[in-house]
Amino acid sequence: MHELSITQSLVDAVLERTGERAVTGVNLRIGPLSGVLPDAMRFCFDIVSAGTSLAGAQLRIDEPQGLGRCRSCGTEFELEDLILLCPCGSADVDILSGRELMVISVEVA
Amino acid sequence: MCTTCGCGDETNTRVSTLDGIQPIVEHQHPHDHAHPHDHDHPHDHAHPHDHTHPHDHDHHPATITLEQNLLAKNDLLAARNRGWLAGRGIRALNIMSSPGAGKTTLLVRTLTDLGGHLQAGVIEGDQETSLDADRIRAVGRPVIQINTGAGCHLDADMLQRGLDALDPQPGSTVFVENVGNLVCPALFDLGETAKVVVISVTEGDDKPRKYPHMFMAADLVIVNKSDLLPYVDFDVDECLRQIREINPHADFLVLSATTGDGLAAWYAWLDGSTSRSNSLTESLSDAH
Repeated sequence: MHELSITQSLVDAVLERTGERAVTGVNLRIGPLSGVLPDAMRFCFDIVSAGTSLAGAQLRIDEPQGLGRCRSCGTEFELEDLILLCPCGSADVDILSGRELMVISVEVA
Repeated sequence: MCTTCGCGDETNTRVSTLDGIQPIVEHQHPHDHAHPHDHDHPHDHAHPHDHTHPHDHDHHPATITLEQNLLAKNDLLAARNRGWLAGRGIRALNIMSSPGAGKTTLLVRTLTDLGGHLQAGVIEGDQETSLDADRIRAVGRPVIQINTGAGCHLDADMLQRGLDALDPQPGSTVFVENVGNLVCPALFDLGETAKVVVISVTEGDDKPRKYPHMFMAADLVIVNKSDLLPYVDFDVDECLRQIREINPHADFLVLSATTGDGLAAWYAWLDGSTSRSNSLTESLSDAH
């Protein structure tokens, strides 16, 4: 349940920028290969943000598609998980996207 | 606090030597390390820093762009650890596995076998107790126990505190035995030189597929308890094939820390995994 400490990092990072202004929305980008479950983040966010100026903020999570490129045949294909297997059979794959774990922006009142 | 597994905050983290019952107060050592005192204290929610509020006169709704990695703080501390270690020629190996795979047994055997040829200390991470640290201490090596309390992994800040307490010699090796867990420790860079993942044959050969993040992060995968292979349904080749699907570059060793089978290759890996290691015996150096 590393999502709790990562959510704590999120709240700390936002508070550093927003201070005591009420935060109404938080926009995250969490890729399917990041190792972090969006639902677990949502669960933890309510707990961690309680009592802070982020309490009650709407958490919007953009979940981009994972993309890989095969180093053997050059094909680009979707990655749903970390099993990096190109349709050609090669496992030598570059991850182009999907590992994002970012806070993009916040909305303040 | 997370009600699913209780994991999370660091308020209960304790760093201790085995010399006494007292936990080490952070930074009671002289300040001869390059560790500034900017540990993150994740619970001071009410940051009263007025100067960080450039727009607090502006009460119109607004969007503030952050574009920031959520692991940025840990990664920054990890980078600092990495520099601290590199500056002293110290190699830190982050040893990870599920509980019971044999991390401590492997370390005890390694430290015993290599004796004075490997100058090494150990940082032990467990939720509770100093049982593992006691085992390391019994073989006469410096050891620091980090108890994470509710936490399920070590992070870069904990390693920094552990290194402060261990005070390893320049040029030495530090084994960091992470909390037994194949999930959470994979995401937290400690600033280590290499990540070593241990699985045991009693766990099943499908672990790499079940826990891909951990195996993707590994520099070396060790299959332990090879002496039990005749009694369990563990296909070493299948395990290696699954690892290769996730991580084409990790080194791979099969050994038994109990019987000693395969340990020569592990010692050769230790000897070869750093360019500056002159601490192993000459007899080991030709094996890699």
